[in-house]
Amino acid sequence: MEWETVIGLEIHAQLATRSKIFSGSATAYGAAPNTQANLVDLGYPGVLPVLNREAVRMAVRFGLAIGAEICRHSVFARKNYFYPDLPKGYQISQYELPIVARGTLDIVLEDGSRKRVGITRAHLEEDAGKSLHEGLPGLSGIDLNRAGTPLIEIVSEPELRSAKEAVAYMKKVHTLVRYLEICDGNMQEGSFRCDANVSVRPRGAEKFGTRAEIKNLNSFRYVEKAINYEVERQIELIEGGGRVVQETRLYDPDRGETRSMRSKEEANDYRYFPDPDLLPVVLEDDFLEELRSTLPELPDQKAARFAGDYGLSDYDAGVLTASRELGAFYEDVVARVGRDPKLCANWVMGDFAAFLNKDNLEIAESRVGSAALAGLVTRILDNTISGKIAKEVFEAMWAEGEGADAIIEKKGLRQITDTGAIEQAIEDVMAGNPGQLADYRSGKDKLFGFFVGQVMKATGGKANPAQLNELLKKKLPG
Amino acid sequence: MSLTRADIEKIAQLARLDLTEAEIPVYVDSLSRIMDFVGELERAGTAGTSPMAHPLPGLAQRLRADVVSETDQRERYQRNAPQVEAGLYLVPKVIE
Amino acid sequence: MTAPSLPAATVAGLAKGLNAGEFSSVELTEACLGRIAASQPGLNAFITVTAEAALAEAGAADTRRREGRAGPLTGVPIAHKDIFCTQDVLTTCGSRMLSNFVSPYDATVVAKLREAGTVALGKLNMDEFAMGSSNETSFFGPVRNPWDTTRVPGGSSGGSAAAVAARIAPAATATDTGGSIRQPAALCGVTGIKPTYGRVSRYGMIAFASSLDQAGLITVSAEDAALMLGAMAGFDPRDSTSVDSPVPDYAATLEQPLAGLTIGLVKEFFDKGLDRQCEQRIRDALAVYEKLGARLVEVSCPNLPLSVPTYYVVAPAECSSNLARFDGVRFGHRCESPRNLTDLYNRSRGEGFGAEVKRRIMTGTYVLSAGYYDAYYLKAQRVRQLISRDFAEAFGQVDLLLGPTSPTAAFAIGAKTEDPITMYLNDIYTIGANLAGLPAMSLPCGFADGLPVGLQLIGPHFSEARMLNAAHRYQMETDWHLRVPAAFG
Repeated sequence: MEWETVIGLEIHAQLATRSKIFSGSATAYGAAPNTQANLVDLGYPGVLPVLNREAVRMAVRFGLAIGAEICRHSVFARKNYFYPDLPKGYQISQYELPIVARGTLDIVLEDGSRKRVGITRAHLEEDAGKSLHEGLPGLSGIDLNRAGTPLIEIVSEPELRSAKEAVAYMKKVHTLVRYLEICDGNMQEGSFRCDANVSVRPRGAEKFGTRAEIKNLNSFRYVEKAINYEVERQIELIEGGGRVVQETRLYDPDRGETRSMRSKEEANDYRYFPDPDLLPVVLEDDFLEELRSTLPELPDQKAARFAGDYGLSDYDAGVLTASRELGAFYEDVVARVGRDPKLCANWVMGDFAAFLNKDNLEIAESRVGSAALAGLVTRILDNTISGKIAKEVFEAMWAEGEGADAIIEKKGLRQITDTGAIEQAIEDVMAGNPGQLADYRSGKDKLFGFFVGQVMKATGGKANPAQLNELLKKKLPG
Repeated sequence: MSLTRADIEKIAQLARLDLTEAEIPVYVDSLSRIMDFVGELERAGTAGTSPMAHPLPGLAQRLRADVVSETDQRERYQRNAPQVEAGLYLVPKVIE
Repeated sequence: MTAPSLPAATVAGLAKGLNAGEFSSVELTEACLGRIAASQPGLNAFITVTAEAALAEAGAADTRRREGRAGPLTGVPIAHKDIFCTQDVLTTCGSRMLSNFVSPYDATVVAKLREAGTVALGKLNMDEFAMGSSNETSFFGPVRNPWDTTRVPGGSSGGSAAAVAARIAPAATATDTGGSIRQPAALCGVTGIKPTYGRVSRYGMIAFASSLDQAGLITVSAEDAALMLGAMAGFDPRDSTSVDSPVPDYAATLEQPLAGLTIGLVKEFFDKGLDRQCEQRIRDALAVYEKLGARLVEVSCPNLPLSVPTYYVVAPAECSSNLARFDGVRFGHRCESPRNLTDLYNRSRGEGFGAEVKRRIMTGTYVLSAGYYDAYYLKAQRVRQLISRDFAEAFGQVDLLLGPTSPTAAFAIGAKTEDPITMYLNDIYTIGANLAGLPAMSLPCGFADGLPVGLQLIGPHFSEARMLNAAHRYQMETDWHLRVPAAFG
């Protein structure tokens, strides 16, 4: 039987506020345990929550960016369950009236086609603390620094049909929240993570299969691997005559498999009800208008502009707009070079991106800035160096932190455009390779490339390739 | 309405309350009586009436400025804690 | 200087005496501490007495007065219901769960009254987590009624009412979720006020049912309540449900004439459940109001009889969630040697909470659980809306509503502990004001078989000034509020 995969993602994005959603504690990552947990975060008797304005603004910005409905009258509710990292015994979340509902996001699939993914809702809630298990035999240690950090939970429709689609969607959300500067997107620190609801059904079937929820996936790679594993597990199970049970599963990256979370097996009954400590969040027109008018250019808008203004392919435009920083870097290079945006794009997406990746650096930390890269591209365009030599120059720029011109001078990499010098080199090569010359002249045209290579070698790669071609064509026939 | 022993046990587990053998029949009886009593609400005609979650109508949530106003008070706040180590609250191992 | 006569004391009178230099705050505080110590075995009104701190505060108050920096309440001793968090002082909420809990912070109410110069004598006994109408659910033992120590003082603010009735504390803070200020005030023959929801901050007041809880006062007189409420009320940025509107000078309007005041008699309050003698005392009070120029009108709140069942869905629902934080991890009772996490939770909570608290947590858990939410919780919140509308319509016709506070005078200890419903029906006349967030008061209006009877006033939102005025004018005509139990005279 042919199976169809059905995936919905619940992405949790920590909002980049300074203080917590309901208290004045700091949200900074990495502080000593429980030093950023005040009475409200600890759920002390008698304390009360007061909502952080910035968290509301950030959630609304997200909603506006996905073309969603912004709820003018959203309500916080309590989700009741016991867990040591949940100090009050309930999580303040939103249930019936979330602040953001019914948005969409477009993703580009592998074949280049676009797919519109529905976003059911995005609601505000508080994060839980952390349980630590190391070095405490038989015990867990509870750190509540993270408790009360604002989150938006972004819930997609079950419209994703493969692990790759799920990853493309998650990456798109990741890009968007960083564009909006509402989340730092740091997945190692858990600022951006997701739960995946995965099920399979016979292709063509209307009804969804029973789903399993894979909790707490904090890398794109894990999302893909966990979903693929889970899909295979479910298909095998069903084909072997078994039945998928609705349950919560955990992905174990070391074993590359998902396993059932026993602790969450007990049927949860969250007993949601409106939080009587908080009033409805009422959003006025001017509040929304101010947020709407200050939205930045969004990734899709920017990609369309890049494709149009710079003549880039959709793919290239997509890559260059994957982050606000990369787009800005690219545009700066183009502005400085002043022409050939395609060549600029190749350099930004090519060597530049590869070197950043190799050294695991952010754009802001790059060893070659936009001005330096523009300087290099300019030297290619004005024939000072060839594209090939440029790669060598770039590597030296990266290593030594100097500009293209300095490297070119220091290493004597300036392209030879002097016809006489190139002719001389050609004649030397012809003289040194009489056999090949004879063969060429007797009709082995393919040897033309051999002579190009030899002359390049003799000139240290610096001969202007176009001139070299032209001169060889004249000289080789004799 | 009559609640059963199983109902009480289920509710007590959801509420994380250990009940003694002697307590269970007491709660079977009193919760049944309470549910009968509040069952009176059924006869109120509430069609078209919205639920009232808050006693003062028309108020909206106030929003706080995003300012860090708290300092580290861990030592003070943990004086009430039954078991702490290295700044962590300790509980029997959480199994995931 | 002469030590004040506490049995005859009011906050207003003591403040005058302090100002006139008739006695010092230290002398006054010592006198209170002496009376507390003497009363404690019989009444059990206090859980904690902070004698040393009180004397230090009193000394500081005397210094401020000498330096000419005294306010109207500087040096007046009061006591707090043990539901209010008090920094570095045991705060138990009447529960074994918090029997070792020392709060690291002050409730806003506590801080405000301290800023006003009052001296805190200690923490008053109460029903466990404010769940009760007789003060019999306290982990620290029942409080006894000063008028008859075989009887209950009412609850949950039984310690507050008993302490003021016995004149061992001139005034006390209290809280009211379904009648917990007014009912014990009535049963102990003292004055109690539950302000409008949102008028007084809930920050630092240990939550029972957040949409119903309101802090207020138990005092000897309406005048005392006016003086104290002014110091205690006001907007608190730490409580999202606190209301940002100015606090009027309640004392300034106390003596306004009542001519032209329209008082509504709620038909449903004078039902068959009301004790005949109690009803007669209310009718006597009506005659006083008529004499004062008020016009009496009968009104009906047809949905009001549903207020008790409504309350016993809403309050337990909120309580089941509010009390989930007591899990033996960060504070409060923890069981010995938990075998695992579930055992830690189940036993810590099972041992830490008393029978009535467990009953309400379970009731609340049940009405919120899957399959029952709509039928119980949502239904109750809709009925709550109907009850609120009944009140709103009544206030379209009248300025204040008047009726009994409690269906009977104080009952015997142990008389109603068997059947929760019988106990719950004690609050039949008081719960409506909580559901609708309205301010309400109870005033002593006479006796039934030697036990005090209370009359209740209910006003529209934020009508405390008018209500206190009506109460004060009544107390100018009567002396029920000045009667002191023989054993404490």
